[in-house]
Amino acid sequence: MIKSFKKNIKGILIEGMTLSAALLIIAIVVVMITVIVIGGKEQISWEFLTSFPEDGMTKGGIFPAIYGTALLVIIMSVAAVPFGTITAIYLTEYAKENSIIAKTIRFAVRTLAVIPSIIYGLFGLGFFIKFVGTSVDNTFLGGQLKWGQPNILWASLTMALLTLPVVIVSVEEALKTVPRDLRAASLALGATKWQTIWKVVIPGSISGIMTGTILAVSRGAGEVAPILFTGVAYYVATLPASLSDQFMVLGYHIYVMTTQSANVDKTMPIQFGTTLVLLALTFILNISAIILRYRIRKKKTD
Amino acid sequence: MAHEKIQTENMFLHYGSKLALNDISIQIPEKKVTAFIGPSGCGKSTFLRSLNRMNDLIDGVKIEGKILIDGINIYDNNIDVVTLRKKVGMVFQKSNPFAKSIYENVAYGPRINGVKDKKQLDEIIETALQNAAIWTEVKDRLGDSAMGLSGGQQQRLCIARTLAVNPEIVLMDEPASALDPLSTSKIEELIVQLKEKYTIVIVTHNMQQAARISDLTAFFYLGELIEFDKTKKIFTNPEKKQTEDYITGRFG
Amino acid sequence: MTNKTQKGKRSKSSDSGLIDITQKKFRWSDYLAEKIIRGTAFLSIAIIVLIFFFVFRESLPIFSTAKSSAKTEASAENQATQETYGEVTDTPKAQDVQETYGEVVDISATADSTSEAYTVSAGSGFDDNQTALKSILTKDWVPVSQKPRYGILSLIIGTFKVTIISMLFAAPLAIMAALYTASFAGKRLKEIIKPTIELLAGFPSVVIGFFALMVLASFLQEVFHYDTRLNSFVGGIAMGIAAIPIIFTITEDALTAVPKTFSEASLALGASKWQTAFFVILPAATPGIFAAVLLGVGRVFGETMIALMATGNAAQMGLNPFESVRTLAATIGAEMAEVVFGDTHYNVLFLIGSLLFIFTFILNAIAEFYVKGKLMKRIQGK
Repeated sequence: MIKSFKKNIKGILIEGMTLSAALLIIAIVVVMITVIVIGGKEQISWEFLTSFPEDGMTKGGIFPAIYGTALLVIIMSVAAVPFGTITAIYLTEYAKENSIIAKTIRFAVRTLAVIPSIIYGLFGLGFFIKFVGTSVDNTFLGGQLKWGQPNILWASLTMALLTLPVVIVSVEEALKTVPRDLRAASLALGATKWQTIWKVVIPGSISGIMTGTILAVSRGAGEVAPILFTGVAYYVATLPASLSDQFMVLGYHIYVMTTQSANVDKTMPIQFGTTLVLLALTFILNISAIILRYRIRKKKTD
Repeated sequence: MAHEKIQTENMFLHYGSKLALNDISIQIPEKKVTAFIGPSGCGKSTFLRSLNRMNDLIDGVKIEGKILIDGINIYDNNIDVVTLRKKVGMVFQKSNPFAKSIYENVAYGPRINGVKDKKQLDEIIETALQNAAIWTEVKDRLGDSAMGLSGGQQQRLCIARTLAVNPEIVLMDEPASALDPLSTSKIEELIVQLKEKYTIVIVTHNMQQAARISDLTAFFYLGELIEFDKTKKIFTNPEKKQTEDYITGRFG
Repeated sequence: MTNKTQKGKRSKSSDSGLIDITQKKFRWSDYLAEKIIRGTAFLSIAIIVLIFFFVFRESLPIFSTAKSSAKTEASAENQATQETYGEVTDTPKAQDVQETYGEVVDISATADSTSEAYTVSAGSGFDDNQTALKSILTKDWVPVSQKPRYGILSLIIGTFKVTIISMLFAAPLAIMAALYTASFAGKRLKEIIKPTIELLAGFPSVVIGFFALMVLASFLQEVFHYDTRLNSFVGGIAMGIAAIPIIFTITEDALTAVPKTFSEASLALGASKWQTAFFVILPAATPGIFAAVLLGVGRVFGETMIALMATGNAAQMGLNPFESVRTLAATIGAEMAEVVFGDTHYNVLFLIGSLLFIFTFILNAIAEFYVKGKLMKRIQGK
């Protein structure tokens, strides 16, 4: 009796401990959201979202940062989504499951996913700006400095590399949910492999490609480290008009306002407001991705 | 016996290190229904899939010997597998319509063959659906998703889809095994009608089904072709003891 | 089928009326698609190689003793300014001031001619790289000075300090939560916990950094009563929050991958739910959990924004968790935007980047190969 009671106590303790760990994590998330929402909600207004910063960024809105973030993720998606999708198609449709090539690519993708984002920034600087950009300037512009410096194109491409694994993993998961039977049916009708992929496999995994895109966009919208020295600017008075312009971004704006600003207290409301906007943006994106993904997984088990 | 449509000579199939088909030689006549029977794992489905080279998709499958269709070895180097599969259509065990409309399912084959003309497409689709005995059931809702059809209807749609490509041979891999008796009998009726135009090879688990619909029956056991003869003969007076044991239900 | 419908296909048939299969067709679309797809897929491997190549390449000059003469000339021109600004920038003690953000940069900004000041440090002469290389394994990180010193020891120690703190916080929390989710949680609770974690995974690190800076730092200071508001403890906790989703997800995957037969056997022997969870499932999944922690370490090790915002950014050697530290990644983040391309300082920052890259690469490789092999062995007995 006593022994089993002791056992029980232990069981309750362990279950209780693990439960409190789970609850603590939830609590952290809730607290973070609450603090940011409370701190930022007063600041949110149509004007805040649509006007330029004023008075050395101590007043005014964050429109250039929103615009820059949107532009960044659009250019990034244009680069990352096709490449990621194609790689995923290779892995599921062309590569043999256990071939060395497939294994190497998978390892490469997972490594890309864990490389610190700041390294991407260094790569963007060393490769896009100093290598590609400078070469372009020297070859086509006679050495005039245009592409050999940070700009939105290089920043977006750097971000695209960072988000590539996100796209690949999501699309691969979706491609795998397309039943083998359907591929066989298409081939048995005399379709070629590419016709099968184009007409059966890809339409069947559109939602997965969308999930991948949304997750990538959400990641790209929030990351700051890779663009610190590949294109983002502290403050620019005009919106980026060409790919060789610098731009502002929400995440960097938060960083700048909290750490580099002359009067941190005075800009506190703007900081909270900007953080809330960024958080809301990534939330909406993430939640829609989560919903989409649960649907795909459900479809798989059906 | 009529013209030999399909003919294999000393065909062996290895799956990895395992011998799955051992020295199969068979001659399948044109415009007849030929049934393959035998216990699960006897190689009958594997053999069927060799006839339109669907086994190519599986890693580690190696085939030796000859498989001739109209006298041409389909494993020769100069064979166009894509065209081969148009010539030799296939209906699968589980109905597998695409997640598209009924119309688009049947239109899939003609479209990839380059049929673009809407009128011509409509005609092909109507004929295929009629030939698959499903036209009256779906003619008013061709735009509906194929996924909304019943299992038996889906399978007939898959048959229509195969017919729309206008093949010469239709391979059927247990096409009625997942269906209720009523749908099964509809499919069986259909198969008997189809042999007027097509050479049909059907794998079935159901011996009564083989007896009902086929002209010839081949009995496979452990990767070997034990006996192949007129269906009547196989079911009334088999030569081999193993065949008799299987037919009379002593194993399998 | 009517003759009419067959018309379209007649062209494909031979004279006998049978479809001819002996004409091997060349299909451009298929050929091109395969080539493009294959080529693109190799891109991911190429990127890794390129990343390593370019990051490492930019750090290479530091290993060569001779620098381009142009650099030396530039430095000669700036000899005068060097003396003026040297003293201003050579103030390592200034870094002890709390709540500074990459203030190496700020100081030089006050010197009012950033680029000049840096060119000065770059051009300390012919043996600049040698001294730089020699100074790497010292503890003084004073990149902007008359005699720049690039001792990354304090940065490494700072990074490890933060990493250890964050793992001490995040690993037990995430592993226990994963154990709860995998072994005890009912369906409804699971449906709350898992999406919450996914949501947390989607938090931009700059938002977590902001939270740490604005709220967590003050809160923790109030609780623990230490002097420096921003320090490795605050940074560690904040980065731990960022690492929780990774550790949780991989641990949970490892726990659920343990075959049901294991736990069923245990339950059938009369073990209770918690005993099964603790003595059967958890041990079977240890390699996976180990991998989870490794990847968590990788995440924290390379985290930049949180480090910049919450650790105080002073390069110090001490082991006190309540002191400000400066991590490797934060150093790159804070200083790279302000250095002169090709400068020694620039090269050293790339060298730090190479170190980070190699370290995370190795961590991932261990997690991937060693751990996976072990896990397979344990679960499948192969």
